[in-house]
Amino acid sequence: MTTRRDFIKISALGLGGLTLGAGVYSYLKANPYEHLMPGNFARIPTYCEVCFWKCAGWVEKDQDGRIAKVIGNALDPHCNGRLCPRGTGGVGMYHDPDRLTTPLIRVTEGGKQTYRQASWDEALDLVASKMTEIKEKYGPEALALFNHGSAGDHFGHLLKAYGSANIVAPSYAQCRGPREVAWKATYGTTLGSPEPLDIRDTHCLVLIGSHLGENMHNSQVQEMSDAIDRGADIITVDPRYSTVASKSKFWLPIKPATDMALLLAWIHVLIYEDIFDKKYVEKYCTGLDRLKHHVRRMTPEWAYGITTIKPEVIRQSARLMAAAAPATIVHPGRHVTWYGDDTQRSRAIAILNALLGAWGRRGGFFFDEKKSLPDFPYPDFPKPKWTWRDMHNGKYPLAGLAVSNAFIDASIPGEGKGHQLKGWIVAGTNLPLTLPETNKFLEAVNSLEFIAVVDTMPMEITGYADVVLPECTYLERYDEIRTSPNREPVIALRMPAAEPLGDSKPASWMVKKLGEKLGLGEFFPYEDYSEVLDWQLKQIGSSLDEMKQIGVKVYERKGRPLYLKNGEDMSFNTPSGKIEFYSNEFEKLGFDPLPNYTAHPEPPDNFYRLIYGRAPMHTFSRTANNPNLTDLMDENNAWVNPKVAKIWRLHNGQEVWLKNQDGVVTTFPIKVRITERIRFDSVYMVHGFGHSEKRLSKAFGKGASDSELITNVPIDPIMGGTGLRGNFVTFLIEKPETAEVG
Amino acid sequence: MRYAMAIDTKKCVGCSDCVVACQLENKVPVGYCRDWVTETVDGSYPDLTLELRSERCNHCDNAPCVRCCPTGSSHIAEGGIVLVDPKKCIGCGACIESCPYDARFFHPEGYVDKCTFCIHRVRKGQQPACVSVCPTKCMYFGDIDDPSSEISKKLKTRKYKVLAPEAGTKPQVYYLI
Repeated sequence: MTTRRDFIKISALGLGGLTLGAGVYSYLKANPYEHLMPGNFARIPTYCEVCFWKCAGWVEKDQDGRIAKVIGNALDPHCNGRLCPRGTGGVGMYHDPDRLTTPLIRVTEGGKQTYRQASWDEALDLVASKMTEIKEKYGPEALALFNHGSAGDHFGHLLKAYGSANIVAPSYAQCRGPREVAWKATYGTTLGSPEPLDIRDTHCLVLIGSHLGENMHNSQVQEMSDAIDRGADIITVDPRYSTVASKSKFWLPIKPATDMALLLAWIHVLIYEDIFDKKYVEKYCTGLDRLKHHVRRMTPEWAYGITTIKPEVIRQSARLMAAAAPATIVHPGRHVTWYGDDTQRSRAIAILNALLGAWGRRGGFFFDEKKSLPDFPYPDFPKPKWTWRDMHNGKYPLAGLAVSNAFIDASIPGEGKGHQLKGWIVAGTNLPLTLPETNKFLEAVNSLEFIAVVDTMPMEITGYADVVLPECTYLERYDEIRTSPNREPVIALRMPAAEPLGDSKPASWMVKKLGEKLGLGEFFPYEDYSEVLDWQLKQIGSSLDEMKQIGVKVYERKGRPLYLKNGEDMSFNTPSGKIEFYSNEFEKLGFDPLPNYTAHPEPPDNFYRLIYGRAPMHTFSRTANNPNLTDLMDENNAWVNPKVAKIWRLHNGQEVWLKNQDGVVTTFPIKVRITERIRFDSVYMVHGFGHSEKRLSKAFGKGASDSELITNVPIDPIMGGTGLRGNFVTFLIEKPETAEVG
Repeated sequence: MRYAMAIDTKKCVGCSDCVVACQLENKVPVGYCRDWVTETVDGSYPDLTLELRSERCNHCDNAPCVRCCPTGSSHIAEGGIVLVDPKKCIGCGACIESCPYDARFFHPEGYVDKCTFCIHRVRKGQQPACVSVCPTKCMYFGDIDDPSSEISKKLKTRKYKVLAPEAGTKPQVYYLI
């Protein structure tokens, strides 16, 4: 059955409205010298939810008991007491007057679809009845969860209890999946988050398209700054003169989409100039001879013709890496889904690090350790008849996690091939601005029988929901204990610093209520979710009471030392037990066992490659409405090289619409920023702007959405990653008929 | 005692954390700021330089804003910190005109406002909010009359510059270059 699913703009509802604006901001009116009271107000531990770095901090309140600010927790190695601008401005998520504060249910009135406000009981009854219906008609596996962040943890638990393991996060196939697969194939282990990079002690940091400092991966930025103080060298490869490029000894202004040729040429120089770590390679690695033969013709001169980077620069930068080795890091990157051969490019990076002897060495990569929390004694989950792996239908054999684009395919009628999805729960991820190929997304949502969306804000995705469940922000709730690995095992607590605003609720509360309505109460055997945390903490010698006082607890390492000892024997979790240059596993599956350069399409005449990235004060599309962060940056610009601007007669601040190679035009105009910092063959924009949801009053129509323009998406056959950088744009000076007014 | 600030442009990534931390610490209304970040690009692709600077009131030794204030609202407090007393301010705007750094603004409550070096924190022995939040630790605040202070050491060992030295204001925010 196909349900026509009209996109409902929540703004069109004239909801009773949230009246928190005036109240929240009234404290601003105080005399500026009277309110600066001694900072002895209550402080409550949290960890940040603005991005995935999850820095631990303290919520501080003012004399009226209002949330005033969040500062870093000095014990936490993610932030060392210093939050990034997004973490500092995280209070804006709480204070945002546009927040969702009431459950909403889709109804048809006079032939028109709209939402009406509902009670929690009503909303959750509807979700439970739809979940039961899907289970009875198609089996529980037909319900999928798209998630990002903490809400996903809770809904993941519900979904597994219900009988589905079809849980997916776009952070895999749209972000870091390729490098995880590459690291697994090469070193037998994935990188995880935060990545175990020993930037603190490095002598040479190599960044391939990674714009550290514009992406505020907090502790990495901090350690990079310390490294600059120590005189460490940075090598940056980027067609854009990024912030970090300006701090680099070598900036390689590479022609976009040719990174693989540079990496192979670097490997060539290390091997043929005999400046790789021979002892390390001999002891820990396998496949050197084949690698050496493979790169024999991939000289810097060969790479010059492809990358436009001069041969002597390729040689000098390779020698610099070798001279600093093993205290050299070729950064594996984070968002690496670029051209569809991304696992192979990540493999080349992994191999390069091994040639430098950097894995397991001081100043390279350390062996991280985490504190494992025992699971709360829940009953065993039912075993699903099929999982996301079956949904991939034999594609993407090395995907370590579910692939979101495969979930989209499986939601389109007939495409599931026996593994058809019929309903979604979407928690904490704004899919329309996250996934490429909007047309497929729309086909999927129009075909589904049910969509529930859990979010704190009226993001675009809420417009496709049958039920909207308003979540309170991270400052108003408990969530799972953070246990991310680091140099020392460390845990962090998030607890509520205030009552949830309006009728918003924590996801942990929603899933318990839903579980009970679904007859799955045995999976939620507690009165309050905090009991789970207390029980877990007590198993590892802490308690909720202790964590409320300290927020962060650092444990001693119990496992192996941080680095390899000289001559230490080490077995890797690969088929050969060694670091694998040559991958037999790849070969068996029909993939290149050693990475190869493939030429990618180039922009047609009058088109420019679309490159997107981050600004330090924003994350994903989720911060574009945050009052504190929009005050720092409220729209994105199209960066255009002055030569290009001259051809098009563009001027600074001029509004243009971008059109891609498939004729797709941005909904909103974007202002031109003419700058020498971008190559003449590329246009750059910051991701996450161009919101079309009017209820996001600060973000609506501000700047343009890069996601709209990404319609050419080569898929990585190894793990299903979506290549997002193969799109080309041109300028429309006149307002196109399709465009909305910003 | 002379308070001053030094900011390492080699480390600053221009993230604006100093700006948002100041706004929240000092309850600066959204839409206004006491500190801000500038970006200067020189050269042409690919031979470029970029300087990012976190800027604010320079707490000048020879402060034109204090000299021109008709009511004594703009004054110099301990350690040379230049302050505005909102109660005495009549909002004439002479100080705003006189400042070569454009560091002052009309607060919507009807007085002139600007950076205080977070004197309320400094009096308690804390660092200004911008300094204590900076993820790159590129900002140093302290007493330049004390040769053992971190800022004195930085100014002794590093090249530095000040903004608009030609204005003769003797600014006390230094940029390490």
